[in-house]
Amino acid sequence: MMSSWSGVLLTRRLALGAASVALFGPAASASDGKLVVGLVLPLSGAFADQGQHYENGIKLFQKINGTKVAGLTVETVTRDDQGPASGDLARRLTQELIVRNKADLIIGYSFTPNAMAAAALLTEAKKPAVIVNAATSILTEKSPWFVRASFTLPQLASSLGNWAAKNGIKTSYTIVSDYAPGLDAEAWFKKTFEAAGGQVIGSARTPVTEMEYGPFLQRAMEAKPDAVFAFNPGGDVSVAFMKATRERGLQKAGIKLMVTGDVVDDNLLPAMGDAVDGVISALHYQVDLDNPANTQFVKQYRAMFGPDAVPSYRVVQGYDAMALVYKAVEKTGGNLDGAALVEAMKGIKLDSPRGPLLIDPATRDVVQNIYIRRGGQKDGTWRNIAFDTIPDVKDPAK
Amino acid sequence: MSGLVSVIADGAAYGMLLLLFSIGLSVTLGLMRFINLAHGAFAMCGGYVATTLFNRAGLPFLLTLPCAFLATAAIGIVAERAVIRHVYRMSALQQVLFSIGLAFAASALATIIFGPQQQAMLLPDWLARQADVGGVRIGGYRLFLLASGIVAAAALLFLFNHTLFGARIRAAVDSRRTAEGIGIDVDRLFAVAFALGAGLAGLGGAMSVAFLGLDPTFPFKYLVIVLMVVAIGGPGSIGGSVAAALGLGVIDALFKYVVPEIGSFVIYALLVITMLLFPTGLAGRRA
Repeated sequence: MMSSWSGVLLTRRLALGAASVALFGPAASASDGKLVVGLVLPLSGAFADQGQHYENGIKLFQKINGTKVAGLTVETVTRDDQGPASGDLARRLTQELIVRNKADLIIGYSFTPNAMAAAALLTEAKKPAVIVNAATSILTEKSPWFVRASFTLPQLASSLGNWAAKNGIKTSYTIVSDYAPGLDAEAWFKKTFEAAGGQVIGSARTPVTEMEYGPFLQRAMEAKPDAVFAFNPGGDVSVAFMKATRERGLQKAGIKLMVTGDVVDDNLLPAMGDAVDGVISALHYQVDLDNPANTQFVKQYRAMFGPDAVPSYRVVQGYDAMALVYKAVEKTGGNLDGAALVEAMKGIKLDSPRGPLLIDPATRDVVQNIYIRRGGQKDGTWRNIAFDTIPDVKDPAK
Repeated sequence: MSGLVSVIADGAAYGMLLLLFSIGLSVTLGLMRFINLAHGAFAMCGGYVATTLFNRAGLPFLLTLPCAFLATAAIGIVAERAVIRHVYRMSALQQVLFSIGLAFAASALATIIFGPQQQAMLLPDWLARQADVGGVRIGGYRLFLLASGIVAAAALLFLFNHTLFGARIRAAVDSRRTAEGIGIDVDRLFAVAFALGAGLAGLGGAMSVAFLGLDPTFPFKYLVIVLMVVAIGGPGSIGGSVAAALGLGVIDALFKYVVPEIGSFVIYALLVITMLLFPTGLAGRRA
């Protein structure tokens, strides 16, 4: 009996909550002097690591800039969407945040499937969401309420394709993980590399959780390309890949290794060791960028998380996502209407730790510098050291 | 051609890693009839012992391996005495639920203690380099794995087939009541055998870090492949496990090399076929 009663009560409260959002949602939240930001991040399971990074970035931004913007107190409500295989959960959490917690907007989605699952809901609820990571190109076309604060894989892959062709690499072989971002990376590397005069002489698609790359690398080496281009999903898979290239002596055989920057994520480098020696990668952030915003960012990050802490690009994405929200609310003068917020985000320029960042008004996607880096030793540890900058890279797929 | 040979050698080494991983489970499952899905948790435990000693205490790599074995065996014996011995007599389903629960708990505990990130294990240079064996290039660590696998398999074969301890275990498994009747302390015997299985898992876990990485989801990531080795080999058969692990490693590598498009799925098809033709595994005995 008890349980069925509380069930009825709960449904009622939900219905009431939904009604109030529908009737006076934006006005109500503006008048109570609060800006509620819902966070949908992976905070448990195999990818808990990533979620923590975005969260740290968001916390850091609020520590530096305070929790008030345009007269509103900023509140965050955090939900755990567990990982890439939980689109349904990401969707449900997004709904709960909007209906029950009256979130004015969402920051979240580390993974493409989760963002994809939430897209239709955001469109229906007319609430903006800042994508904190998910990097498959077409996402921003799936809902007009998405704004991306991270990067797209075609941005990285096409930058590498261009760079390779211009730096004496004539032939290359691609090894990518067999899922949407991997296929994006493969397609855009090939497209730009071949357009600039290079030739892709072979390719391999590997299972997403592949741990034994030996046979694939052996085959690649026998094709004798000038370079191998690779993408894989980070974490243990990327560590295994990089170690396998070292073990097989890929670079010793005179074949250059190029990877999208997320493969050699700064916080994976300790586990990769000298396997990153000489590896060329492209990414939109790295810790030793020399600009005032980054100097300040790293200093504050270390004050918060310890003197040896290394902020990853994910921390910066969390930080910038919150920066976007603050800036948009400033621009609307505290008007939290979803449409007004999205409109305000279009064309915003941030002085980000990663360099100048622009939200393209036409696509709501991020325009930013892509840095070409080389793995090497600095102060006794292995790092990615930037040596070339490609300014203001748009997502080439749009 | 030397490429092919090198790929096969690499596959064999990978197979040996699988063997080190799964041989402990073969012992507990085959000899003690305990379905231990928490086996991966013991392997993870060995991995964390090894990385902690290696990275924080600065112990040489080779020394971390026996430490991982002993520490995991000790934890195994405590777990066996405290809870697991009550599970032996339960039904298979209850054993499965119990042990998978144990694995989840261990995984959560590892997240609390070590955090969710990857643990580093950078091998000393003499192991990380490629060696040249009769014109075939093979990684130093893979040679090390091959040798360790052979030694472990030989030692276990000897232990179970040619020692009093092995005879007692086999007797206790065949008929617990009779074994107890002739004065064998089966309770203690099983505790020791379980500790051995756990210790071997810990050793396999420690040796796999450099190859497969280590994070708190480890107990689940390799559960399938470990169960495959045990199922194909036939639970309780050391020889069967060796054949299954080597076969899986080599065939997997070979197909990835020759037909990369489908290579990664071949071993699963192989599992299905083996289970159809040999329901109790290659070296299976009737239960």
